[in-house]
Amino acid sequence: MLRIENLCKTFHKGKTDEKKIFDNLNFSINNGEFVIILGGNGAGKSTLMNLISGSLIPDDGKIFLDDRDITNLPEYKRAKFIGRVFQDPLKGTSPNLTIEENLSLAMLRNKKRTLSFGINNENKEFFRKKLSELNLGLEDRLSAKMGLLSGGQRQAVTLLMATIVKPKILLLDEHTAALDPKSQDKILNLTKEIVSDDSMITIMITHNMSHIERFSSRVIKLENGKVEV
Amino acid sequence: MNILLSTCSQGLLYSILALGVYITFRILNFADMTAEGSLTLGGSICAVMLVNGIDPILSTVASGLLGSLAGLITAFLHTKLKIQDILAGILTMISLYSINIRIMGQSNISLLGRSTIFSKNLSFVIGAIICLILLLLLNLFFKTQIGLAIRATGDNEQMMKALGANTDIKKTLALMISNFMCAMSGALISQFQGYSDINLGTGSIVIALASIVIGEAILNGAFIMKLISVILGSVLYRFIIVLVLSLGLNPSDLKLFTSIVAAILLSLPNTKKFIMRRSKNAKN
Ligand SMILES: Nc1ncnc2c1ncn2[C@@H]1O[C@H](COP(=O)(O)OP(=O)(O)OP(=O)(O)O)[C@@H](O)[C@H]1O
Ligand SMILES: [Mg+2]
Repeated sequence: MLRIENLCKTFHKGKTDEKKIFDNLNFSINNGEFVIILGGNGAGKSTLMNLISGSLIPDDGKIFLDDRDITNLPEYKRAKFIGRVFQDPLKGTSPNLTIEENLSLAMLRNKKRTLSFGINNENKEFFRKKLSELNLGLEDRLSAKMGLLSGGQRQAVTLLMATIVKPKILLLDEHTAALDPKSQDKILNLTKEIVSDDSMITIMITHNMSHIERFSSRVIKLENGKVEV
Repeated sequence: MNILLSTCSQGLLYSILALGVYITFRILNFADMTAEGSLTLGGSICAVMLVNGIDPILSTVASGLLGSLAGLITAFLHTKLKIQDILAGILTMISLYSINIRIMGQSNISLLGRSTIFSKNLSFVIGAIICLILLLLLNLFFKTQIGLAIRATGDNEQMMKALGANTDIKKTLALMISNFMCAMSGALISQFQGYSDINLGTGSIVIALASIVIGEAILNGAFIMKLISVILGSVLYRFIIVLVLSLGLNPSDLKLFTSIVAAILLSLPNTKKFIMRRSKNAKN
């Protein structure tokens, strides 16, 4: 269970452009739950994800995962159990590395990186299988540079990278927003497949109301730094 | 000695510096000025060791190892004290000036009559062998899990953090390897030219960058090709220098010449992008 307790976050505290984003935010999400976060532009949805992932540290309050206090755990340590897909398709992959090299880095999310080769025949076969499940024809382009792929393709690979080692929490920040309708549909279907057979917590930000029905999920609405009920 | 071979040798020895600079500037995306100090540091340490009768191979490797310590200091300044990359490197580089004078006890040391790694007069062959070994080692290393993580850190640090990597450690490692190469290059260059000098490093980053961009202009492709292009670029740079000097360029104008060449070549990809954007806009 993910539990957010009295979370407070203010940007530019004490300055004239002080911006209070969260003021004693409270909610919890059970394992296996799929939650959609709604809220207008600037409501603090991305900020909430940054706080959960550890890219930002709260001013006050606590974040618990399965009763473990992770509030001050550095981002890279939390990443061992948190998978993330960003709104910007460029943010989730390394453009100068190949598809297989990107995937091999994602495989090591919760392991120690060593001096053994990143790519070997065994994981190559595994990547090919995983990529073919995306139905984008990427399984034949393992050694193509990531930077050559389209936004939708990159986002699909990012989603695969975020879940290739099963995380406890999957954070999806408007991960289809930058894509055309067809790619959006594809990525949403993939998302549905990936989260359906898992006990992981998925938190998805979206502005698209039809997604709520599609995922028949619980909704958390952010307004004025609190959860609107 | 044959001028052709000696120019090649010089290019090869400087290519080790260029490879070091390539690791920070291009792979890690970290503008590391430590390189200039490390080059001189390598030359100074190696000269002092040789004068004290220590084995040349041992001296060369030891110089490299001490160079990696310089990289470690820059990494500390950047990752722990949060000093901007370029400033962190400059601080280490400037400190190394004083340290190098202390190491040598004077501003230069002659290696005349000392036994060096090049004593058998096979400098080109020896230089080529060392370059080949380093090239293969680097290519292997950057295909390992740690090596890939370093490349990805330079490419997209945010992603690497989200994938559970401590990117500070990756940067530190890359800086240490880079400065190992720079110092080793300095040790070899000093032995090749028969003296070490406090000014060896001055302007050397621009030389390395010029070599890198010349290489990129002639060869591109897979990772190993990029490494090879750096070596080729460095050798080609030496020939260009020989050429312009023989055409009557004043040696003291060399640094100006090198900077201009580097500036033009560095701007090329931007020029291409710019032209493409312009023609796209014209079409719309
Ligand atoms: N690192 C930061 N420093 C200062 N201000 C920030 C920072 N991150 C976000 N903000 C501000 O906090 C507010 C909330 O931003 P956030 O990105 O969380 O909104 P959002 O709900 O994701 O909006 P959108 O729907 O537009 O993505 C905005 O006003 C933004 O300018
Ligand atoms: Mg947002």
